[in-house]
Amino acid sequence: MLKVAGLCKRYGDTEVVRGIDLRVRRGECFGLLGPNGAGKTTTLRLLLGLVEPDAGTIELAGIPVPAHAREARMKVGVVPQMDNLDPDFSVRENLLAYGRYFGMTKAEIAARVPELLDFAGLAHKADARIVQLSGGMKRRLTLARALVHDPDILFLDEPTTGLDPQARHLIWQGLRRLIAAGKTIVLTTHFMDEAERLADRLAILDRGRIVVEGAPRALIESHIEPAVVEIYGEGLDAWTRDRAGTVCQRFETVGETLFCYTGDAPCVIDALKQAPALRYLHRPSNLEDVFLKLTGRDLRD
Amino acid sequence: MIRLPRLSWRFVPVWQRNYMVWKKLAIPSILGNLADPMLYMLGLGYGLGSLLPEVGGMSYITFLAAGTVAYSTMNAATFEVLYSSFSRMHVQRTWDAILNAPMTLDDVLFGELIWAVSKSLLSGLAILAVIWGLGLYGNFWLTLAIIPVVALVGFCFGGLGLVMNALSPSYDFFLYYFTLAITPMVLLCGVFFPVSQLPPLLQAISAWLPLTHAVELARPLVVGTLPDAVPLHIGALLAYGGAGYAVALSLTRRRLLK
Repeated sequence: MLKVAGLCKRYGDTEVVRGIDLRVRRGECFGLLGPNGAGKTTTLRLLLGLVEPDAGTIELAGIPVPAHAREARMKVGVVPQMDNLDPDFSVRENLLAYGRYFGMTKAEIAARVPELLDFAGLAHKADARIVQLSGGMKRRLTLARALVHDPDILFLDEPTTGLDPQARHLIWQGLRRLIAAGKTIVLTTHFMDEAERLADRLAILDRGRIVVEGAPRALIESHIEPAVVEIYGEGLDAWTRDRAGTVCQRFETVGETLFCYTGDAPCVIDALKQAPALRYLHRPSNLEDVFLKLTGRDLRD
Repeated sequence: MIRLPRLSWRFVPVWQRNYMVWKKLAIPSILGNLADPMLYMLGLGYGLGSLLPEVGGMSYITFLAAGTVAYSTMNAATFEVLYSSFSRMHVQRTWDAILNAPMTLDDVLFGELIWAVSKSLLSGLAILAVIWGLGLYGNFWLTLAIIPVVALVGFCFGGLGLVMNALSPSYDFFLYYFTLAITPMVLLCGVFFPVSQLPPLLQAISAWLPLTHAVELARPLVVGTLPDAVPLHIGALLAYGGAGYAVALSLTRRRLLK
């Protein structure tokens, strides 16, 4: 559904995308993860043919981009990072106006509207104005708008950023229905739980390069010890110096917390019993641990 | 680098989108657009006109009506592509949404330009209706030729205004364009008084300004004679508007699609 090879983009002296290769199969949900400024949004804009690449080839739904970007975009629905719904229009009118950009007639769009409103859970808000919608409703409408022309593939740029947990779950529910219906999804996110939940495969992008690629579970198993004990409290420095090296397979200190990665958590917890001033949190390792291991913990502002 | 615009009929949905919004606010929008030039024209035309025997061989109100046709259509197109287009491009991000569909920036800007032409037509027709109502014309059939002139003026100033839109960081920026371009044109291009009253230097500048060409076309048509040098005036308005559109397209591409 999507084939990318050797994709590069530079702005002046800054290489934002440095040789990306990707393949997304039909019906797959593919996650593109990375810290801020990793090149996620630029990559999506390149894939849509909105920006010309400096090198590399893109084939989207079998169509070469950017040479035939217009034809390719007929088959793609886009949910952008920032809401850009039309504030002058009602919910229904937003869908009507947007469908026209795909060459649909008013009758064709009107026939799709009830189904789209239903999908977005906005049937009761059809004639509401955009300012009357909550953040979650706006996102759902943006998602419905991206589906107006029944695309084969969907691009979502951080679809749940800024939403409360209830609203995020509703979006995920919607996306799962789309995946079940056979749509191909490419999604960028910096929420690891989102990627773990939705993506069949994902790639972690850092400084314009793909650092690692694979299924979420497989990445966790191959890149990180099975469990993490986060340790903090009085006397941590001494414990780190004297004990961490012997009981943890691997450890790192971030701020005032020691992250102890291990295959044998009970052994670590046993050792901690001799240091009652220390508090700890024991949990299975997750995608975020992989992400932080591979992209580092420094802020990317 | 400026590459030639690629035009297609896909601009129509952009125009339709703006029309759908305008329909909701049509009454206040029409009043806002038209009341101002109309009041100037009637107030100055009768008030000042009663003190003047005749201006340029006609009553002052007739003289002013012809000028008003040109400058109100200039304003209608200019306001549309400055403030309204800027809202759509920068504030509401409507253009970003459109560009994610199979649309190009060429389509979006052309749709905006033709929409500005439509607003100019509306504004011009309203002034024309007043001219007809008050019988300020020489030959009714010739006044019909004002309609395409008005569209041309909208095209010219729509294209020029889109350049400002592409360059602008915020709404405040447009004030420069008004004080440095639009207001001088209103004063130098024969809207309120004949250009021949100006010193030679200003007359020479005036000859290059697009609004002068608009006035040179509109005034004879109101009075009931055929304008001189029609191809020159039409050519100048088309050239300003076309060049504006092409430059605006390249600047806006740099702004949005980098």
